[in-house]
Amino acid sequence: MTSPADFPLISHRWPQQPLAYFRGRARSAARFLADAHALAERLPAGDALLNACQNRYLFAVALAACVLRGRLCLLPASRSPESLAQLSEAHPSLWCLSDQTDSELALPTLRIDEASLAPDDAGVWPPPAIPTDRRVVRLFTSGSTGRPQSHDKQWGELVQATLAGLTRLGLDRLPGFAALGTVPPQHMYGLESTVLRPLLGGGLLTDVCPFFPADVKAELARLPGPRVLVSTPFQLRTLLECGLSLPELALMTSATAPLAGELAGRLEARFGAPLLEIYGSTETGQLATRRSAVTDDWQCLDGVTLRADGAERAIAEGGHLTQPQRLNDRVALDGPRQFRLLGRTADLINVAGKRSSLGFLTQQLLAIPGVEDGIFFLPEEEGGGAVARLAALVVAPQLERPALLAALRQRIDAAFLPRPLKFVDALPRNALSKLPLDALRAALHE
Amino acid sequence: MSDAANRELELEVAGLIVDALNLEVGAADIDPNEPLYGEGLGLDSIDILEIALVVSKRYGFQLRSDSEDNARIFASLANLSAYIAAHRTC
Repeated sequence: MTSPADFPLISHRWPQQPLAYFRGRARSAARFLADAHALAERLPAGDALLNACQNRYLFAVALAACVLRGRLCLLPASRSPESLAQLSEAHPSLWCLSDQTDSELALPTLRIDEASLAPDDAGVWPPPAIPTDRRVVRLFTSGSTGRPQSHDKQWGELVQATLAGLTRLGLDRLPGFAALGTVPPQHMYGLESTVLRPLLGGGLLTDVCPFFPADVKAELARLPGPRVLVSTPFQLRTLLECGLSLPELALMTSATAPLAGELAGRLEARFGAPLLEIYGSTETGQLATRRSAVTDDWQCLDGVTLRADGAERAIAEGGHLTQPQRLNDRVALDGPRQFRLLGRTADLINVAGKRSSLGFLTQQLLAIPGVEDGIFFLPEEEGGGAVARLAALVVAPQLERPALLAALRQRIDAAFLPRPLKFVDALPRNALSKLPLDALRAALHE
Repeated sequence: MSDAANRELELEVAGLIVDALNLEVGAADIDPNEPLYGEGLGLDSIDILEIALVVSKRYGFQLRSDSEDNARIFASLANLSAYIAAHRTC
């Protein structure tokens, strides 16, 4: 990675330039910096803080406050009691920053609301320079082992990836673009595309996270152009099929699951804007993009290259990456910077943008008292725009279904709850004691 | 609306939900007063969005987060059906 020793917290050019829409009103760049400084003064002790703010502006203020003070922002993929307990174990004095009044998180919490922010007439300028080697966020993935694995990001790598993404998406030529996200900021795609991209691209961050298609339409209508919609295949398909028209868009982006070219083409035709898919992961951040309506080929971001690593696997390096990273998917290389996706590797799964592994989920199932045997698996291959749910077979003659589901809810994110969950007398093990996928799928329908 | 018409709409909505979400229960087996979220039928936010889509297609109106208390609308099949009855355009 080649980069200067520091880089400004935001790229806005003048103090009164709008940086965000917060509670329906524009907020200037200088006011954002004042908000971040005000909160930075009040942060609890400890070297790490969990940023659970749901309002995207408050999330960004909390993140910036932590960056200013050199505190690590933890962004756990799941807030299940089990994973929070593991976090508390690793960080005994962990505090949470939250804007929710009824937070059920079992952590000491600093409540963030408008009163936590700077007074109306406050402003700080110029933007402070942040050392590029400062660790600013920690994200988590669950490996096959079941223990959450942490991934720390330095300011410099986030900056470099964001700048490369801005150039690739053409947003460096659309100053003042407004980014509306239908995804939360606590995972890599949401963090990069709805928080860092507007902050480092001189754009407008929006504080809401619209849910229903009519909400997306209403929020877009409130924003000045050029508008960028940051979403997922499932949510984009819902927008398309509900029959609503949208205000003029400059760009749509999609990530978290592959988007079929045919669906991408219909979205572009209906909403009159290019749709770029972004390929990335928690480990790597954004790595490549493709215009899905016209090509299957992914193009790596500037500086990122790929090399083969055995059959259908590849390692990415260069660009913002601080070290070579093996891709989680099976790929076909069409050149050092161009590839096609062939499918996921056997164990990793992604449901509605949340990642886990079948191995981890199966371990959680087996750890429940009364479960004698069991397994999680994919009941069918992923399609375009539908959310692929997981299935599970379980041998638990003493357990009732509601009790088992309640125990699972304590351990895993609701998105991974099996549907269907089928009680069986025994798993369909073959002569080698293995569980072939065909047999598992067949057992569902018996 | 009469009780019979109520129940008829509830069954129709339950059928749409079961079809759209590939649920394992029969439409008639869904308790109209049981929560749809979490502990009851076990639906999550992805499911709610899927339901919003079939509702917009079948009954001709769009659900909004800020128009009504969504927690209440999706609290049960009975509530959702009553909301549909009050807002449907077809």
